Amino acid sequence: MSEIHAESVAYVRDTMLPPATPPDRQVGALRWLRENLFSSWFNGLLTILGIAIIWFLFDHFWPWLSHSVWNANSLAECRQIIAEKWGEGASGACFAVIRERWHQYLFGFYPRAEYWRPVMTMGLLFIAITPVLFSVNPDIRRWVLAVLGLLTMILMALTEVPDWSAVLMFALFAVALLLADYAPQRLLVFTVCYPVVAIWLLWGGSLWYPLLTFAGIAIGYLAARAVPKERSGLALLAGIVAAAIWWWLLSTPVADLLSEALPLSLPRVISHDFGGFLLAIVIGVSGIAMSLPLGIVLALARRSDMFLIRVFAVIFIEFIRGVPLITLLFVASLLLNYFLPPGTSFDIILRVIIMVTIFAAAYMAEVIRGGLAALPRGQYEAADSLGLDYWQAQRLIILPQALKISIPGIVGTFIGMFKDTTLVGLIGLFDPLKGISDFVRSNFEWKGIYWEPFIFVGAIFFVICFSMSRYSMYLERRLSRENH
Amino acid sequence: MTDRAPASHDQPTFRLSMLIYDKRYRSLTFQVIVLILVMSLVWWLINNTLTNLANLGKDINFRFLFTRAGYDIPQQLIPYNNDDTHLRAAIIGLLNTLLVSFLGCIAATIIGVAAGVLRLSKNWLFARLMTVYVEIFRNIPLLLWILIIFAVLTEITPTPRAYRGEDGLDMVFGVIAPTNRYTAIPAIVAEHSPGVLQIGRLAIPWLSIIFIGLLIAAVLIRRWLLARAQRIQEETGRRPTTWWITLALFVVPPVALWFLFGLYLEVPELTGFNFSGGINLDNAFVALWLALSLYTGAFIAEIVRAGILAVNKGQTEAAYALGLRPNRTMNLVILPQALRVIVPPLISQYLNLTKNSSLAIAVGYMDLRGTLGGTTANQTGRELESILLMMLIYLAISLTISGVMNIYNNRVRLKER
Repeated sequence: MSEIHAESVAYVRDTMLPPATPPDRQVGALRWLRENLFSSWFNGLLTILGIAIIWFLFDHFWPWLSHSVWNANSLAECRQIIAEKWGEGASGACFAVIRERWHQYLFGFYPRAEYWRPVMTMGLLFIAITPVLFSVNPDIRRWVLAVLGLLTMILMALTEVPDWSAVLMFALFAVALLLADYAPQRLLVFTVCYPVVAIWLLWGGSLWYPLLTFAGIAIGYLAARAVPKERSGLALLAGIVAAAIWWWLLSTPVADLLSEALPLSLPRVISHDFGGFLLAIVIGVSGIAMSLPLGIVLALARRSDMFLIRVFAVIFIEFIRGVPLITLLFVASLLLNYFLPPGTSFDIILRVIIMVTIFAAAYMAEVIRGGLAALPRGQYEAADSLGLDYWQAQRLIILPQALKISIPGIVGTFIGMFKDTTLVGLIGLFDPLKGISDFVRSNFEWKGIYWEPFIFVGAIFFVICFSMSRYSMYLERRLSRENH
Repeated sequence: MTDRAPASHDQPTFRLSMLIYDKRYRSLTFQVIVLILVMSLVWWLINNTLTNLANLGKDINFRFLFTRAGYDIPQQLIPYNNDDTHLRAAIIGLLNTLLVSFLGCIAATIIGVAAGVLRLSKNWLFARLMTVYVEIFRNIPLLLWILIIFAVLTEITPTPRAYRGEDGLDMVFGVIAPTNRYTAIPAIVAEHSPGVLQIGRLAIPWLSIIFIGLLIAAVLIRRWLLARAQRIQEETGRRPTTWWITLALFVVPPVALWFLFGLYLEVPELTGFNFSGGINLDNAFVALWLALSLYTGAFIAEIVRAGILAVNKGQTEAAYALGLRPNRTMNLVILPQALRVIVPPLISQYLNLTKNSSLAIAVGYMDLRGTLGGTTANQTGRELESILLMMLIYLAISLTISGVMNIYNNRVRLKER
């Protein structure tokens, strides 16, 4: 120890070494491969299995896809073209059926001259939902509107709608873009009016009937406002009574009068002409729009202090959730005329929408009940201590948080409901999956074609459902407050 | 209302407006109004139904269930022919529904757990593949999958004749032959069969009764064994090894049966135009079963993944710090917590699968909807009774399953004290 001199301590380095490059096996693609694909023998086995699966799929589907034919008039012609081009025995996809029948897959038997109406309804739907779905970020709103506007215009060009409707739609999108930038609240007014416009455009007839039917809601609201504010129970009653009187007695005669004076009317299209994705989207969108409020009411009812209300809500929800949707659809198509007064018969699409709404609302109620149950007790107590009454507390404090928690479940229900719209094919409507495909196949030219329609319809469903689930993720991220 | 205000003494008189504005009476008033509304709605519906039925000259009765059905059902678990009653046809349908749901639940669980675990695995390629599987199956309607798989089975598979002769097709693994009408699979047959138990027209082979009996006995013995091991561990601190006894309990009886009765696999054989020997599974059944399993499996994969992610990593680390080995950590720490998250949604997926089996109508599989809600309703013209009965049966199945779920939930719920 003593022989160690202070000067001889040379083992401590006083400068940093320049960082050396890692060994070849620890960088780049090689390292990535080792870590992610071959970290153990089991992992390596999995990788080889995965490659085998991908190869199997590629090997089976690629020749078929790459030999696809887009121009032909029948399946036999398709097969002939494939045999000529790629030799006898080659198999190939015959997408010519999509090329020839795509309009039926999109619109069913909607009259061809009126295609501008559903397309315009879709364009307007985009305008109507943008301020609701993308209410916060003007940038996203602008982009979404622009992209969807472009999509609508492309669809309009494809369906060869009259020029004036394309120009009108273009102008409407321009106005919507401007409004979305400068006065997004104004756009919400349009959202409220949208159902009337959509119903009128899709089914035709006189504008006055849907308009005055929806006016009942406004009349009820005004009647409720006329009552002094502190009498909230009376106001509700007045609103309901006023609206009921309007619907039972006044709306039809007034509409008759008005449509004679000013016939704002489009050619009628009956519900049986609806089909394809038009049908699926009409049922899906209206079901979504109506099942959310109904589901909230049911969820609140199920958590209510009032015994009878709770019991009724439980019976309703458990009954609807306990039976398959298809049995409810059979009730709509076969039994509803038993349950209604003799001689009543109403539109089949409306019946299906009602059943789908009820079905989705029961599921929605359970999702929202989960959200309500997840809220800490303190939130309810805080609302009470602020002196809020039941509805104020629900509206301002409880529901916003509960709904935020249940977003994944709500969107999941929406997706499920949209997929379930294909079931209407089983009660004789022309859904895109079975109804229209069976119709196309019943034609001699396309007898025996299976895969191409499945691929086409499946791809559209996938795009719609997948974008819904991505939207829900966006919403979750936007609403998450944890990291702010 | 727990915060009911004490009645004030200076306002003893009751005014009508108090029904709405007094908190004590308001909820009561409201409930009475709702009760009246609901009752009148129900009365209105029943009244309409009765009027409509009277106008049609019909009544509500269920006698049609005991008349001759007169239609055939391709797949049946208990004997049935077209001379039997509609009731028996409905029971056949119900059994078919339960069969496809039960087998579907098992397959969906296996697929779902595998896919969920693989999605979290370190293997980049397989994790991506599983993501693609889950997203594709979740975002495309089930009906499409049923139709696609049915089309694959009926369009791409060969006719039974194609398996004929030397240069015919080979069976999958030498025992399974998918054809365009059915899939022929081998059956287990006993050389020295102990005969069958005849209950009415129902013939249950003694072999399966013995097998199930042994299985139940094995489960019971295992429970007793584990309880004993637990007791000994608590008394002495040493846990006796039980795994080899458990293994023996489940392995020895089947092997013994195998040798005792001379069991062998009866491979289906092409005789004439069709396969005989073994079991021919109807394509409608196979398509429905596969589609339901794959579709529900994608949802179960997400549930499993969420359940595993829900267990905090700290739990594993804490268990390791206590010196627990990895597999005991899994069994004693991770799984109990993950299962609490996984099982409730898993069971509601089983419920969905059972209800979705009603899509059998798309491929013509005769389930409850196909028999009672389909052919029977059409033939007898008793749509109202048939559909109501069918809905009640589905409701009963659902309530049973969710009852089981509630029992489980109460057992594993976090005990908050």
